[in-house]
Amino acid sequence: MTSSLHLWLIPLVPFAGFLVNGLLGRRFPKALVTTVALIATLIPFVQVANIALHFSSLTLPYTEQVATWITAGNFHADFAFALDQLTLIMLLVVTGVGFLIHIYSVGYMAEEEGYWRFFAYLNLFMFFMLTLVLAENFLLMFVGWEGVGLASYLLIGFYLTKDSAANAGKKAFVVNRIGDFGFLLAMFLLIAHFGTLSFSEVFNQVAQHPEWQGGFLTAIALFLILGATGKSAQIPLYVWLPDAMEGPTPVSALIHAATMVTAGVYMVVRTHVIFDRSPFALSTIAVIGTATALFAATIGLVQTDIKRVLAYSTVSQLGYMFLACGVAAYSSGIFHLLTHAFFKALLFLSAGSVIHALSGEQDMRVMGGLRKKIPITFWTMTMAVFAISGFPPFAGFFSKDEILYQAFISPNGLGKILWFIGLFTAGLTSFYMFRLWYLTFFGESRAQATTAHDDHGHGHGHGVHESSWVMLTPLVILAILSGIGGWVGVPEAMGGHAEIAHFLSPVTGAAHEAAEGRSMELLLAAVSVTVAVIGWFIAHLMYFAKPALPAQLASKVRGLYSLLLNKYWVDELYGAVVVAPLLLISRYVLKGLFDTGVITGGGMAIGYSAQGLGALVQRVQSGNIRSYAGWLALGAAALLLLTYVGFGTHLLFR
Amino acid sequence: MLNDSILSTITFVPTVGAIVVALLPRRGKLIQWFTLLISLLTFALTLHLPAHFQYGQTGFQFEENHPWITSPNIHYHLGIDGISLWLVVLVGFLGPMAVLASWKVIETHTKEFYFLFLLQQTAMIGVFVSLDMFLYYGFWELSLVPMAILIAMFGRNRGPQAAIKFFLYTFLPSALLLVGLIWLYAKTGTFDFVETQQYLSQNSGSIAPQALWWVSLAFLVAFAVKVPVFPLHGWLSDVFSEAPTAMAMVVAGKLGLYSIIRFNLGLFPSQSREVAPLMIALAVIGILYGALIALVQQDMKRFIAFSTIGHLSFCTLGIFCFTIVGLNGTVYQLLNHELSGAAMLILFGILYERYGTYDMGLYGGVATRLPRMATLYLITMLSLIGLPILNGFVGEFLILSSTFGVHPYWGAAATLGVILSAAYMLGMIQKIFYGQPSQLVANKTVPDVVAREGFALVPAVILMLVLGVASPYWIRAISGAVSGLAQNVAHATATFTTTVAEKR
Repeated sequence: MTSSLHLWLIPLVPFAGFLVNGLLGRRFPKALVTTVALIATLIPFVQVANIALHFSSLTLPYTEQVATWITAGNFHADFAFALDQLTLIMLLVVTGVGFLIHIYSVGYMAEEEGYWRFFAYLNLFMFFMLTLVLAENFLLMFVGWEGVGLASYLLIGFYLTKDSAANAGKKAFVVNRIGDFGFLLAMFLLIAHFGTLSFSEVFNQVAQHPEWQGGFLTAIALFLILGATGKSAQIPLYVWLPDAMEGPTPVSALIHAATMVTAGVYMVVRTHVIFDRSPFALSTIAVIGTATALFAATIGLVQTDIKRVLAYSTVSQLGYMFLACGVAAYSSGIFHLLTHAFFKALLFLSAGSVIHALSGEQDMRVMGGLRKKIPITFWTMTMAVFAISGFPPFAGFFSKDEILYQAFISPNGLGKILWFIGLFTAGLTSFYMFRLWYLTFFGESRAQATTAHDDHGHGHGHGVHESSWVMLTPLVILAILSGIGGWVGVPEAMGGHAEIAHFLSPVTGAAHEAAEGRSMELLLAAVSVTVAVIGWFIAHLMYFAKPALPAQLASKVRGLYSLLLNKYWVDELYGAVVVAPLLLISRYVLKGLFDTGVITGGGMAIGYSAQGLGALVQRVQSGNIRSYAGWLALGAAALLLLTYVGFGTHLLFR
Repeated sequence: MLNDSILSTITFVPTVGAIVVALLPRRGKLIQWFTLLISLLTFALTLHLPAHFQYGQTGFQFEENHPWITSPNIHYHLGIDGISLWLVVLVGFLGPMAVLASWKVIETHTKEFYFLFLLQQTAMIGVFVSLDMFLYYGFWELSLVPMAILIAMFGRNRGPQAAIKFFLYTFLPSALLLVGLIWLYAKTGTFDFVETQQYLSQNSGSIAPQALWWVSLAFLVAFAVKVPVFPLHGWLSDVFSEAPTAMAMVVAGKLGLYSIIRFNLGLFPSQSREVAPLMIALAVIGILYGALIALVQQDMKRFIAFSTIGHLSFCTLGIFCFTIVGLNGTVYQLLNHELSGAAMLILFGILYERYGTYDMGLYGGVATRLPRMATLYLITMLSLIGLPILNGFVGEFLILSSTFGVHPYWGAAATLGVILSAAYMLGMIQKIFYGQPSQLVANKTVPDVVAREGFALVPAVILMLVLGVASPYWIRAISGAVSGLAQNVAHATATFTTTVAEKR
């Protein structure tokens, strides 16, 4: 393959779309805004699809150097793009799901103020996300890394007049910056040790030095993990993601479920060469991922806002991907990333369709009985629920099971414990997803006749309605993908070929196989399906068969219930331990006491003493020449004395 | 040849303009238009420099060197290298922006204002192009005078106090600087920068090290106050809140930082190395301190003052790490901060023109009313917090990564500033632009960004993006100059320490 693939066009076309809509969109008719935004996403998708079709004829990895970005002294960074198997999967997810969500948004946002602004931001997001995925060096990846944070900030705060949205946007950006701080330090360490930020050069150097184990590689890996926990909403930095649900629902689907939040997973897989050298860092990821999966799932059990349930579910599912990375099963992590992009985007979009149908209502306590009223949304949602809960043959079953299996057979001493927690969390997942399913679609409608929730301007003036086809088409496509998307990774134990693991093996290395063989894998799969069924059964019991049960249970274990309902008070804890002290110290100690007191006061003191000195000097200026001469002599003598004693040396900083 | 007189032309076109302004009648917007013309002309002339600059060549270019006064031996010696090149262009670029920003605000004493404004332009360019230190000192002092007068004349409510504060903070250390200069002259017999530099590097033994130490300290303090370096920043927030926008835009940063690079690193490399640990500590404290106070500021002008302290401390940090990468980053960061900081000050100014207050607490929900304004604020804010592909990132990254290479813990601490700057900047944006319109905003119908303001700001915003993606174009000039400097410092083994040790 000699001809250039023009990878640079993939991110740049959405950027052009952003510029056009951002600068001129205000004056455009809606149809034109739509056209620009959709074309700007369709072109990259077609280009990626075209690359995918000819993929086998490419020599990989393919790199493309566009221009020099920064060069100073011995530091050098390029605008350079790279393509390999991992990139291709990410590109397909981002452009494919991204395009579908753009289409959906045309319907969902049709009535909104600032329609053009929304699509400009979406295109901007695509630009940064594609840059992140295509980057050939850490620094360019960081452009996308920070940039998706910016797009996320703008879109969370899309409803400008809503204070909660503005707070959530700011929180997302600042918390992400804490992660970025880690990413930056990792890059500084990389520069210090490798002298370059290019992926290929860094990885080659690592490969050439098998004696490098742990040490500074662990430090780099740990800082990268800090970055990943910010972007992918893991403990301890997950707190921004649930609040991010303030954004319009398509944004939650695209950015806060399918693409942006998976950037941390992508980054870890991309840099796995470094992680492979640090068992400690790997264990850290595995533990963080598993803990987050469990922690978020327990919060998800009791949330009543439909989008919040999905948000905690996203945090939890990302935890699974981290677990996969932590047991060095990178291709399994990417596999779950792929299927999760389908079913989680579908869950959010279906939830959006529900919210749309109910004119902006998000509280599941006042839903119910929607199965007949919005049947297509019901069926697509059902597909997604089965997929995420891990029922075969839906997508989530294969990918989640693969992760659990890899954890189980991992040589890591923690493997079995992690597997068990993962399995338990799978049961919780099944429970809270079916809870959502029953609460939303079954039973009688619990809506009050007068609920005129009209936060988002969805006031259509008529009752519950199915969404238009422009919204339903993406739902149906994603539903199909949630159904069959997992078939690319059917393990050999079940008669499949694990295509995705083989496809990724040039990047991630070959997948692990257990000594126990296939029967073990089948046994574990049976166990996890059983757990999912139990989760479903309990949800059925509590939210369908005996609807009074949840309230009784909640009153019995009031403490636990309120702990979960209040999300373990982590936000409050962070506020009390970090934010409040920082603000108090800044306001009273630094600004009040130090700056006003010492600096300004000191300045004034100098000023007054200068005035006083002036008065003194005035008296000395007697006009008497002999007196001047006397002062001069005295001064000279003093200076001489000082030099002799070596007065100056005492004031040196050594 | 134009190349032989271009620096004089650039320096004194504003002076000629100032004289003409003094003679013009006070009629209509005549003075404004004329000053705008002069500042545009100056800017156009400064563009001659990068066009004809010999990249990759070390030493000074476009030199003019004529004897001026024979005794004492003072020359009229001008010249620029890669460090001052872009600073001169920057002064040229900010000139028209400043005039446009003052267009409506300055209604009284217009003649005095624009006269002093143009004089200030000459002074700033003069500081950057002078290679004779006496001449340099003249321009340095000249840059302080119009500033002090304008602050006193146009202060919001405490103008005279702020002017006195400014005077005390800057003139007193300048007097020290003068003493240092004269002492150096007494030793070397020349005010010429290049000759002094040669003399000091070749005859380091013949000058008492303690004395040289004190001289370098006098230089450093005078410059550090002007930057300002923590804890010498007491004047900045008062000056920012009192000075007209056009003056606040140029008062901090570039003069002081340029002078530290040129003189402290150029003339006193070993002394600079001795003082580096202290300066690095002060810089890191400044980064965090500025950010933390900005976090709790309600007054926009004081807010931007403390944010400026934080951002300029990055430059101080970059200077005193003495790495080529860091010095490149420093000069680049300096350019970028002056550009984006000026844009932010103008933006605060035009909001004040509309609503009559700098108190953020009174604002809210402006975004829905003034969408174009919101966009400009947002981009400028992102540039200031160092979002990649905008200009602020490049310098900040180079400084932080090189600092981390030599002082990992200080580097890591300074990087915390990245988190804090996002927190306070986004907080500011939220207070002004998000939420329901506040009483103040709801009750007053004001126009969005008008054409004049657009002309001032849109070029700056475009430049933010260009500087962010095309840094090699600028850095190739900077790099040549700073790599010599970094080697200079690195090779200046601590002669001072050794001589003192020998003496004992």
